[in-house]
Amino acid sequence: MRLSLSKEQYAAFSGRMSPASPLARDLPLAFLIGGSITAVGQCFLELYSSLISDEKTAAALTSVTLIFLGILFSALNLYPRLAKYGGAGTLVPITGFSNSMASAAIEFKSEGLVTGLGAKMFVIAGPVIVYGVSASVLYGVIYYLIGRIGG
Amino acid sequence: MLASLLRAFLVGGGICLVVQIFIDLTALTPARILTALVVLGVFLGALGLYQPLVDFAGAGASVPLPGFGNLLAQGVKEEIDASGAIGILTGGMKAASAGLTAAIFFSFIAGLLGKSRN
Repeated sequence: MRLSLSKEQYAAFSGRMSPASPLARDLPLAFLIGGSITAVGQCFLELYSSLISDEKTAAALTSVTLIFLGILFSALNLYPRLAKYGGAGTLVPITGFSNSMASAAIEFKSEGLVTGLGAKMFVIAGPVIVYGVSASVLYGVIYYLIGRIGG
Repeated sequence: MLASLLRAFLVGGGICLVVQIFIDLTALTPARILTALVVLGVFLGALGLYQPLVDFAGAGASVPLPGFGNLLAQGVKEEIDASGAIGILTGGMKAASAGLTAAIFFSFIAGLLGKSRN
């Protein structure tokens, strides 16, 4: 029996082994896991809103709770396991943002507390903050100028 | 309560599903995806298009990363209204301060206590 495969044979073989389409598998998982995380967030939002009258404080507490849980599950190595299936479902919620910081902090601690843990924490979060804040400043300038001219 | 949970689930899941399509079709890295989503959130927030989604779906819209961008935009707008031009620089970070500080501090603690997998 010949063990070497032609390109066509390999493609047919690997095609049979992997799901019909990555989209067919990835999309329902991203929807279910992402939706579940935001539904958990909604539970906390409802809980905090029933305890605190200030809407913004309740929303901020919800973010802080999810950020904490994302980091806790990163430290316990549970979030990366979920991320294998969740894809965008685990990346896009705020838990994915905090997971990126915590897992980098843990991973690069061996390179030192300052240049490792302290710096590498922002490998993904850094650009998010840089471009997010810069975009908001640009918006602020436009909004302010429109207010001055219009008002 | 159940209706609001369902709305959060459907909208939050829907946002993740749309992003997953982009990931599968473009192979963009996570850093690029998250950066693009936050900037998109600022853009939609500035146009006043994202806040209605937050009002409808609650955490379903505020928990995904575009919600972070929307928070920055709303913060800037409100601070300019309240304090004038200085709000351009203070509004975004002020609105995001609890989340950012929590993310930095908890990640620092996790880095100190957590064990590397390698």
